[in-house]
Amino acid sequence: MTEPVIKTTDLSIGYKFRNKAPRIISTGLNLQLFPGEMVCLLGPNGAGKSTLMRTIAGLQPVISGGIEIDGMQLAALDPGELAKKLSLVLTERVEAGNLSVGEVVSLGRIPYTGWLGKLSDRDRDKISWALSATETTIFQHQKINRLSDGERQKVMLARALAQDTSLILLDEPTAHLDLPSRVEMMRLLHQLARRMNKAILLSTHELDLALQAADKLWVMKSDGSLIMGTPEDLVLNGSFEAAFTKSGFYFDKSSGSFTIHQEPASLNVHVSGDSQIVFWIKRALQREGITAWENESADIQINAIEENDALKLTISQNEEISTHSSIESLINKLNLLRKSLN
Amino acid sequence: MAPSVSHKAILTGLAILVVFFFVLDIMLGSVKIPFDQILKILTGQQTDNIAWVFIIEKIRLPKAVTAVLVGCGLSVSGLQMQTLFRNPLAGPSELGITAGAGLGVAAVMLAGGSSASIYAIRQLGVSGSWLIIAMASLGSALVLSIILLIAGRIRDNVILLIVGVMIGTITLSIVSIWQYFSQPEQLQEYIMWTFGSLGGVTQYHLYVLSGVVSFGLLISFASSKALNGLLLGENYARSMGLTIGRTRLIILASTSILTGSITAFCGPIGFVGIAIPHITRSLLGTSDHRILIPGVCLVGTVLLLICDIIAQMPGTQTVLPINVVTSLLGAPVVIWVIISRNNLRSSFS
Repeated sequence: MTEPVIKTTDLSIGYKFRNKAPRIISTGLNLQLFPGEMVCLLGPNGAGKSTLMRTIAGLQPVISGGIEIDGMQLAALDPGELAKKLSLVLTERVEAGNLSVGEVVSLGRIPYTGWLGKLSDRDRDKISWALSATETTIFQHQKINRLSDGERQKVMLARALAQDTSLILLDEPTAHLDLPSRVEMMRLLHQLARRMNKAILLSTHELDLALQAADKLWVMKSDGSLIMGTPEDLVLNGSFEAAFTKSGFYFDKSSGSFTIHQEPASLNVHVSGDSQIVFWIKRALQREGITAWENESADIQINAIEENDALKLTISQNEEISTHSSIESLINKLNLLRKSLN
Repeated sequence: MAPSVSHKAILTGLAILVVFFFVLDIMLGSVKIPFDQILKILTGQQTDNIAWVFIIEKIRLPKAVTAVLVGCGLSVSGLQMQTLFRNPLAGPSELGITAGAGLGVAAVMLAGGSSASIYAIRQLGVSGSWLIIAMASLGSALVLSIILLIAGRIRDNVILLIVGVMIGTITLSIVSIWQYFSQPEQLQEYIMWTFGSLGGVTQYHLYVLSGVVSFGLLISFASSKALNGLLLGENYARSMGLTIGRTRLIILASTSILTGSITAFCGPIGFVGIAIPHITRSLLGTSDHRILIPGVCLVGTVLLLICDIIAQMPGTQTVLPINVVTSLLGAPVVIWVIISRNNLRSSFS
């Protein structure tokens, strides 16, 4: 049995005040994070994700309970020792325009170098390894401000890797990135956890990506309680949904995504046919506030097939049948039907 | 990263320029002295004219050495402040640090019942010069600490600059109150001091000043790793094992010592601290302090020597105040850097 990289016992987190009682955000946390695992910390805004991250990173004092990093009490580690066990990637956009990518990554070796920061051969090896592991070697000699946000965040990950720690904490690393960069970042992190046996904890708002990529989820609810488990378990037992449910949208277990929920369906529709087209039709229906029935006895039947590279969408209601070649015209027809029914 | 070949070449080129302008600075002045005679005096050989020996050894050489010290000290102060505040507009005179040093000097003078003039300082002797350096450094440290405290709360560069200017104004007002109750002759001496002068530092004062400035530069160079760590911001620096409080204290100490001692002896010299780091960054294309610190020393020295040559208006009897020349030369350079490189904003957040 491997030892956990992070182990908290009865941890309470929150803010300490000089004259007042501390404001406790979450209490009784018994968390474990093992090497080779990627854990996503999820939760609505204000639930205390950042507080937990900051507390584990040693940037904020513990209210009560203990945190062990690599089997050592966090409080007992001096900053230099902690820097060899734990590295950070932050949300904030790094502005160090005159630094090249290679220079930024080499800053990760600060805990290991001497008083002037001269790099040894071992340091250089670690730096070039970190660059190649994050696929940023090609940017090595470029200035950091020449890179896109996604590339820049990969460089910051390379810097954390160069720090050679068993644990990497990432505070909303994908916050400023576009969708492809977010997916890329998650893929990279998952790969690093598996191949390099790193323990990775990241806080994120990317529920879809977290469900796909994380080995485990830590979900913080608004009341500060925290549930944990593999993504699939949390989805099936409903606790994932419960943590995020707000009026206006709901979690669709069959597609694993949140959907915007507008008005109750005034039409009952069943969709059949080519599964790929059915999926997209259902999405379009959801946007219109129409939920597709599993029941085949619905009033309106939609059949979707692909014929000669073109869509053939058939709506049958009672005896009336109409055929459409695009989802747009299908939706228009349904809206007409809905109006006539109302 | 280790200094690359191009960095070494640029630094070597700058060192050659320093030597060139150093010799030129000694050669030029109101009295014409032949070059071969200057070489003889510098190498300690006999010369024809005793007056020339006096001019070189007692006036021009100390002044050139002072220019080197001021060039190094103020530039490194400015560089450290820009990194510490992550603010391209930070500099000793811009954020009121030199004003703080002036307050320290004024306090000594007030206690002594005299005015903050270079003549008065000279009369204090060696122990007095230590006192003045200590007070000027404390004055700088006081202002710097206040600004550091405020900078912790305010992230906006421009607001911080305005606050710095205001604190500088408050400091100067305190000095003005004291000025108001001074005798006219003392006032004139104080105003002469504010014009800045490289020529007032001689003999023992020069030894004291070079000792103190070297000490400040040494601390600064020793903290170049910490300064590099700060480039990514304080949170990253802390996560890399840097003790922020201690680092701040060390940078604060060396900045105060450098600015304080130089201002005490040479008056408040503007624009060197803010301009030189920008010129050097665009020249060397790096933010690595292990290269930048020697870099700003060399560039600062070259610029100060050039300013001194211009200030003494070769061939004439007139000498311009050094502060006027550095500002006239420094301000356009800052504008040029902002416009041509457009890298002020991107170097910092």
